[in-house]
Formats: sequence, C-alpha cells, structure tokens
Amino acid sequence: MKTFKLGGVHPPENKLSQSAAIEVLPLPETVTIPLSQHLGVPANPVVKKGDSVKAGQLIAKGEAFISANIHSSVSGTVQKIDDVVDTSGYRKKAIVIKVEGDVWEEGIDLSKDLIKNITLSPQEIVSRVNEKGIVGMGGATFPSHVKLMVPQGKTAEYLIINGVECEPYLTSDHRLMLEKAEEMLVGIQIQMRALNVEKAIIGIENNKPDAIEHLRKLLPQYTGISVEPLKVKYPQGGEKQLIKALVNREVPSGKLPIEVGCVVHNVGTSFAVYEAVQKNKPLVERVVTVTGKGLKEPSNFLVRIGTPITQLIEAAGGMPENTGKVVNGGPMMGKSLSDLNTPVTKGTSGILLFPQAETSRKPVHNCIRCGRCASICPMGLEPYLLAVLASHNKFEDCESEKIMDCIECGSCLYICPSGRPLLDQIRVGKNETGKMIRSRHK
Amino acid sequence: MNLLTVSGSPHVYTEESVSKIMYGVLLSLIPAALVSFYFFGLAAILVTLTAIVSCMFFEFIIQKYLIKGPVTVFDGSAIITGALLAFIVPASLPLWMVIIGSLVSIGMAKMTFGGLGKNIFNPALVGRVFLMISFPVEMNMYPRPTALSTQLTDIITGPTPLAVIKEGVAQGERVSELLPEVPEYVNLLMGNMGGSVGEISALAILLGGIYMLIRKIITWEIPASYLGSVVVLAGILWMIDPEVYVDPLFHLVTGGLMLGAIYMATDMVTSPMSRWGMIIYGIGCGFLTIIIRIFGAYPEGVAFAILIMNAFVPLINRGFKPKRFGEEVKNG
Repeated sequence: MKTFKLGGVHPPENKLSQSAAIEVLPLPETVTIPLSQHLGVPANPVVKKGDSVKAGQLIAKGEAFISANIHSSVSGTVQKIDDVVDTSGYRKKAIVIKVEGDVWEEGIDLSKDLIKNITLSPQEIVSRVNEKGIVGMGGATFPSHVKLMVPQGKTAEYLIINGVECEPYLTSDHRLMLEKAEEMLVGIQIQMRALNVEKAIIGIENNKPDAIEHLRKLLPQYTGISVEPLKVKYPQGGEKQLIKALVNREVPSGKLPIEVGCVVHNVGTSFAVYEAVQKNKPLVERVVTVTGKGLKEPSNFLVRIGTPITQLIEAAGGMPENTGKVVNGGPMMGKSLSDLNTPVTKGTSGILLFPQAETSRKPVHNCIRCGRCASICPMGLEPYLLAVLASHNKFEDCESEKIMDCIECGSCLYICPSGRPLLDQIRVGKNETGKMIRSRHK
Repeated sequence: MNLLTVSGSPHVYTEESVSKIMYGVLLSLIPAALVSFYFFGLAAILVTLTAIVSCMFFEFIIQKYLIKGPVTVFDGSAIITGALLAFIVPASLPLWMVIIGSLVSIGMAKMTFGGLGKNIFNPALVGRVFLMISFPVEMNMYPRPTALSTQLTDIITGPTPLAVIKEGVAQGERVSELLPEVPEYVNLLMGNMGGSVGEISALAILLGGIYMLIRKIITWEIPASYLGSVVVLAGILWMIDPEVYVDPLFHLVTGGLMLGAIYMATDMVTSPMSRWGMIIYGIGCGFLTIIIRIFGAYPEGVAFAILIMNAFVPLINRGFKPKRFGEEVKNG
C-alpha cells in the first residue's frame, strides 16, 4: 500500500465520531461571520448595521487577488460590524447578524437532487467558485479559485483529492465521503474541467475502508477518477506528502504543487465546488466534527458559518466537567481556544475537547540526542538543531538548514521523549527567518 | 466555568519518555547479566551492584551539592552507566577501583559536560579506559569462568581468548596452533570464556539488542555497520593469511565487540543523528577496532575505537544531513 517515504508518525487514531451520521445543527440566535476566514487579504463588508440580509447573500467582497467573498449564512438583521476574537485568537473584524427565520437568496437550489451535467466552461467555473467564496476546507483555507487557474507556462496533469484525514479524532471528511459521495465526485469532475486534467486521484487512508469501498462502487460512472487507499501515517494530508504518496513526485523546496503538475483539493472543497457550480450555493455551511474522550455524543454536524462553538458542544451532549482544553481542528495542528463563543469559520474541521488530565505537556528534560525528531520529520529536517539555532537567534543558519520548509505538522514535538518544545522554538525561528529573508528584498 | 489551557500544537504527545527508554535499556541487559552471574558468580554481582550504586551516589552528590540543580538520579541513565561500566571490567577487580571508575564515569565524563545528553564521550567507556591506564595489572587479570562461584578472593585468572591469539601470533605461533588453547566457538557464543563481567556472551547481548530494536530504542544502522565492517576487514586479513590473522567469526564472539556494537556505540547521546552519519560512524568504529586489535598495543580495541569515533560525532552530524524533502527532484 502506498504512503510517503520520509518520516511520519502514527498517533492513536481515536476516530470516536466515525459512525455518527451528519446532523443538521439548529440555527443559532446570532451568527458572527469574520471577514478573514481565508488565507490572504480580508474581505470588505458591503452591508451596514441595520441592513436585513438573506441566507446566501453577499455581505463582504474579496477584492484582492488572494481573497474570498463572504456570504451571510442566515437571514436576519446586521447587528454590528465589530472586532471579535476569532479562532486564531486575534481580534478581527466580523459581521454579527441576528437570525430571523431562514429565508434564502433567490436562485439558490436547496433541493437534494443530484445534478450531474456540467454546463459551465472552465472560465465560468473559476469565476463561479470565486464568486461563491469557496476556500480550501482542509484547514489552510486558501482561496480555491486561485488554485483552479493554472499559471502561464505550467500544465496540470493530476488533480489530487485529499480524503486522507490524517489528523486523529477528525471524521468530517470521512462522513462527507460516505454521505455526499456523488456530489463530491461531480465536484471533482467540475474541477477537472476547470484545470483541463484527465486524471484525478482520491487519496484515502485505509482506516476508512467503508469510504474507499463506497467510492469505488460509484467510480464507473465517473471517468478519470480513481481511489487510492493509503497506509495510515501522519501527516499524509500535507499536500507535499500526499503528492509524494500518490504519484511519487517531490514538490521542490519553496515551490507549489503545480511545479510537478499537481493541484490538490480537499474532499470538502470538492463538495463546496459542486454546490457552488451546480446549485449556485455559496459556502455558508460546513461539516464540523465535535469530539473528545469525555464527550457524551461525539458527532458530525452540518453547521452554518458563524455559529458559536458553544452551541456545537451543547448539541454533542454538553461540555464535560473536567474539560481542560478545547481545540479548533485536529490534535496535531489545531489551535487551542480561550473563548468558546468564537464562531465556526470556513476552515473549522473539528472541535476537540481534552479532559484536564490530558491538557498539559510532558515535563521538559535535556535533549538526549536520540534523533527521533530528525528521523520522523516528513520534510527531512533536523528539528533538534533548528530549535537550538532558533533559540540562539542564529537565523542565517536556520535558513541554510531549511527552516522555511517546515510544515509545522507537530510530529517532532509529538515524538520527543524529553518533552522539548521543538515546534514552539521552530515557529519563532521561522517567523524571524522569514522577516530576515523579506527584508533582503526591500 | 474552569479556565481553558491554551498551548501551541500539537496537543497529543507520545507515551515514550527518557526514563522509559533508560529502563528499557536496563531490561534488555538482564540476559547478559544473568550469564555473567552464572559464569563469574558472586564477584560479578558485587561488581555490578557496586558500580550502579556508586554511579547513582556520585550523580546525586554532584547534582545536589556541587551544581545545586535538579536531581535526576532516578531517570535511569546513571544506573545504565553503572551497569555498563561493571560489564566492561573484570569480575575480580577490587571494589574500590570500581568506585573510582564510577566517579570518573559520572563526574568526569558526564557531569562536567552538563549531565545527561550533553556529554561527548560514552561515560562507561571513559571510566574503563581510566581504569585500564591507572590499574593495568588488575584490569588485565580476567577470572576463568566457574559456574555459580561464590569465591571472592584468590580467583584463578587468565588471559582472554583475544589476548591468547594476539600474544601467540606476536611470538611467531600460528593461529591454527593457538585456536585449541581457547574455548570452542559454541562456548565463546554462550559466554564460557574469560573476559569482562558482562561482555562474555554474544548470544545474551544479541538477545538484548533484538529487544531494543523492537522497542525502537536503537536502530539497526550502527550495530550493523559496526559488526559488518569488522567482518569485512577481519575477513580480508584472514583471507590474506589465516595463520596470522584469526577468522572474522572469532572477532565477532570474543572481547567486548558485541557489547560495544549494541550498547556502547549506539548510546544516543554520543552517536550521530542521521542514518548515513550512523553508518559512517559504525564503519569507523569497526575499522578502528580491528586496527587496534591486530596492530595496536592492546588485545582489545572496542573501547578506544568507540571513544575516538565519539569525538568525530559533531563533525559527522555536520557532514551527513538527512535527505531533505524536495532536495533532489526525481519525478516519475
């Protein structure tokens, strides 16, 4: 079975919610929709306080090249446009809407009918994806339309679909592949048309045999798409690792996947592309896994963007007494939250609760130079060395030791028997090294 | 509501810890210890216990009263140093010498550099070499194996098989004449020969090595390249003249080679980080071991070979980096 070669770890999978079907979460009283839910420039609001909006209506426009439109996820009245703490922990501008009824913008097809026939041209697909505010839903939230435009002089050969879900605990992509498989496959065909590629490969780790089997049954109706089971190994969902695993090509340091003829999209993104193109529906809801060992009912919810996280936890049986940490995302790359009123955004794949006993890190000891961090680094770096260089402000050396290649997957900190804060120090080093490199071009 | 912990990712951590690794190593030493206790009896037990207790004692004293820092005596590393030091000295060594060796191992080789993880040289080997130079007579008297002996004084000693061959060849005797004077290969493998406390049984040490490989405490690179290069180099010499140079199998099962290749050279702290670095280091150890065993002044070269290669580790780490992702692009 295929997998990537270099490094990798296998933390306990703990997919507690994998057999919980996707449930529609009831509408909240208010939604808080941040203007920066994507990588790139924040969107500019096109509504003001007191305006009444419908679900699916454009409320903020992404005007820069790398930006994304934002649509209201509910119908109601704009209460305020104000700074709120979002999932990054920073204060950022957001539009707060009081929910009144559930009226949708005209022209959006809310039926469950599957539309297989693709009528739009490649250019029309790209502008529709742009217009409907679709971003990468695996977590990086890079605006999808940018990735559907192949740069001059490059050709795309493969569309790689990321159904790996290598993060422990998370199951939202898994459920989507089981419950919305046909929609997702049409979405993949739409993206294939936009990119003008003949071949699409869906990579799925073999801890989801039901999804692999289900998709394989449907594949004969969809030409050019194949499913490849992958050996379970973290971080296989990293795009460079996934490309390596599926087509054995290495994206060169500092370059994008298109350099080796690949474009990578997440299964959730493919579903969103289907809805945008075939149903004219903007990205206003997503599947979120709510899970944790102490939680009563680990679940997968279909949630309107902007819903406060507390409401998801309530719906999953309420927050257990002993909860000590709440993470937005998976346990390896997710961010811990300080405020549970933060809203679900386009990039929220899961909400993970940890009991108090599992919140603290291991005690820190001297580095015993066991070399495990270097042997498991999926980018072939030496985390122990980068951490030392970074903490001694040796950023020139950090650069030559390829610190900027670090994908911050967290495997080094996970594996370290001495509990050393390797990734923390490397993050600081990356930040400073990046500043140093940028200052050279000024 | 109680406060939430906010920390950087990742939020899950492996169960493995420094002390789990250290106690794993200790567990793997049990077969070798049992064999030595069988062949060398009470004397071996006393030497081992003395070394372990004094290593722990010296580490405690230095950390508590000299450095006035955290005391980490129970992380298991001082116990390993003690056990390994005991394993590479003769069972007949006076206990006060064992205590001095422990002081050198812990005090000089480990704590002066900053404690666990900071030392350049393998502490147990530094202790042994210090004893070898300071007490050459006592360090060259190896007791003959006597099953379950409780004798502590007047132990009958004799040269090790390696010394028999080396001295014999030096006096112009032929290897084929000398081999009948040493135990047969099966006995050598089991450990029924003169030698240091824990180095005698290649089989028991291999068993411990396999356990450590399964537990992923060590990787295959260093033992394989070390033993492999010994076999290749000894093999070449043996093929040149089997009457002057003893066969490679003999080298493998005698002296401290097996213990050195599996326990000393693989010491995480003092060995290289990358796969190719480990292989180069292992080959260096193997090469130096044979050079010293055959052309050097001592019959045994494992301790010196590993210590010399320890000194090269920082250089090896600089020269042999792991393969970076996306470094050389091979597409297709």
